[in-house]
Amino acid sequence: MKSELVAKAPIRADAKAAPASGFSIGSIISHTLLIIVSLLVLFPFIWMLDTALKPNGQVYQFPPTLLPNPISLDNFVAVWTYLPFGHFLLNSLFVALTGTILVMITSSLAAYAFARLKFAGRDTIFFAYVATLLIPQAVLVIPEFLIMRYLGWINTYQALIIPGAFTAFGTFLLRQFFKTIPLELEESALIDGASRLRILWEIILPLSRSALGVLGLFTFIAFWNNFLWPLIVINTEDVVTIPLGLQMFQGQHGTEWSYMMAGATISVIPGIFLVILLQRYLVEGITLTGIGGR
Amino acid sequence: MSIKKPGRIPATIEKVAPPGQAHASQAASLGRQRIRRSQWRNTGIAYLFLAPNIIGFLFFTLLSLLAAFGLSFFRWSLLTTPEFNGFGNYVQLLTIDPVFHQVLINTLYFVFGYVPLNIIVSLGMAVWISGPIRFKNVFRIIMFLPVLTPAVGVALVWLLMYDQGGIINQTLLLFFHIKGPNWLASDQWAMPAVILMSLWYNFGYNMLVFSAGLQNIPQHFYEAAAIDGATRWTRFWHITIPLLSPSLFFGVVLTLISSFQVFDQVYILTGGGPGIDTTTLVLYAYQNGFTYYKMGYAATVSTVLFLLILVVTLLQFVLQRKWVHYEV
Repeated sequence: MKSELVAKAPIRADAKAAPASGFSIGSIISHTLLIIVSLLVLFPFIWMLDTALKPNGQVYQFPPTLLPNPISLDNFVAVWTYLPFGHFLLNSLFVALTGTILVMITSSLAAYAFARLKFAGRDTIFFAYVATLLIPQAVLVIPEFLIMRYLGWINTYQALIIPGAFTAFGTFLLRQFFKTIPLELEESALIDGASRLRILWEIILPLSRSALGVLGLFTFIAFWNNFLWPLIVINTEDVVTIPLGLQMFQGQHGTEWSYMMAGATISVIPGIFLVILLQRYLVEGITLTGIGGR
Repeated sequence: MSIKKPGRIPATIEKVAPPGQAHASQAASLGRQRIRRSQWRNTGIAYLFLAPNIIGFLFFTLLSLLAAFGLSFFRWSLLTTPEFNGFGNYVQLLTIDPVFHQVLINTLYFVFGYVPLNIIVSLGMAVWISGPIRFKNVFRIIMFLPVLTPAVGVALVWLLMYDQGGIINQTLLLFFHIKGPNWLASDQWAMPAVILMSLWYNFGYNMLVFSAGLQNIPQHFYEAAAIDGATRWTRFWHITIPLLSPSLFFGVVLTLISSFQVFDQVYILTGGGPGIDTTTLVLYAYQNGFTYYKMGYAATVSTVLFLLILVVTLLQFVLQRKWVHYEV
């Protein structure tokens, strides 16, 4: 009984364990050390922002200063005007949002078929899907590049979006989640003659918000962070996304650290923001599915 | 989460079902017959549902995998027509190319340096935070923060920190009076520096996976062991590790697969240098394909990478029988 409780409500079990510790010396030392480790983990982000807020001349100042004096937002203004960083940002947002919407559509349709419909070869096809999760992306980029080149898609948004829009990961994750939804809910809708598409849209998807949230988060971030693929298919400034833009900037102005860090700070904001926003889903999502990320 | 679900269901059903459905049970049995009779229709619908995903999947995964394999038997510079080369590329790669040997050693150095460190640190942090610690989720989220940020963005700040006059060497000088090396330009320190940055970047993911696994270990196992007088260390080895082994296995397999493919941070931090000391397999494939335009040779490198990952993963699945316990 107790084990079931722990398994079902992991977070509550945590909360119960904590207050028992009191304020012993051991507990204080443990917390202090953990705070130090956390600060070390946060330090690169702190240093990034710190460097972005000080003039380039102060970057190598010795002894180092932790707080920039005076704090200036000039570098952020500069990357906006100096580099077309605003344009890169729009490109990244457009590619990541479009890609995420496509992944959610294609994955939920396929996942519903795998979870609920009976058809010839279902298990074979599903096994093939799952097996491809083990194929390294790096192996596929050369043929994918050749397909893009054949289609004349080099230096286009399609090249950045389409190859990433069909993930076995999303199908797998949603299929596992759909399987946990009771069948009875759909049966009564089927009796009333609702189409499968309507059932998916009105019953299954609203019940799968957390799984969709986790998938959406990971997909958006995967598109946003992707570097190898844009590096291969993009070589004009028009379609450059943020990671590629940062790398270009490093190549052209490698010593202007405060500008580079202003750009880097902008690049990490969505990831950090989404983690904080979806922290509950994140911990639960990984608990539930045992899978995530790439 | 499953607890929340029932609350929403009635509302959703009402939307679908027209009101005034009095003979629900009768209708249900009739409906079930109808569903059974129309089962054959499912195949058509199923393929329609699958089509958007499966067409892309065929092109960008299956076809691409076969193409990479096929291409590895050709010599092709993109400008000329591909020229069949038999096993020529493989012979060149495995027996002649001295760069490839170094690249393979570098990749193994990275993998076997990084993966054990990642597992030890993420497991250690997960166990530590699962103990009597307040604000657990705050600490977990902090450790997880780097995971979702772009490798290029964070590698740039590490590039600045690793600089000869950067904050790491300044700290070493200020507090320990040690003159630090030029980390990324030193053949001795470049790879450890890349490993350290990768560890910082990724350990939070496994930490979260292990934390979830730890929460599922029933508390009474520990209580019983404590009554028997087991030390903390014994409890860790005889309760935590076996009961966490499915999560550990999952973490090890995924971390191994991804570590063989390390690219972004190497590209930014060292560009594969000094010399070719940190050039890894994916970087070498990239250079062959998109710097020298040797498409066939690049495909050969990536096929070898694929086979390597496949062998290591299969080995993991064979070895798991010896240490992974699925029963609780």
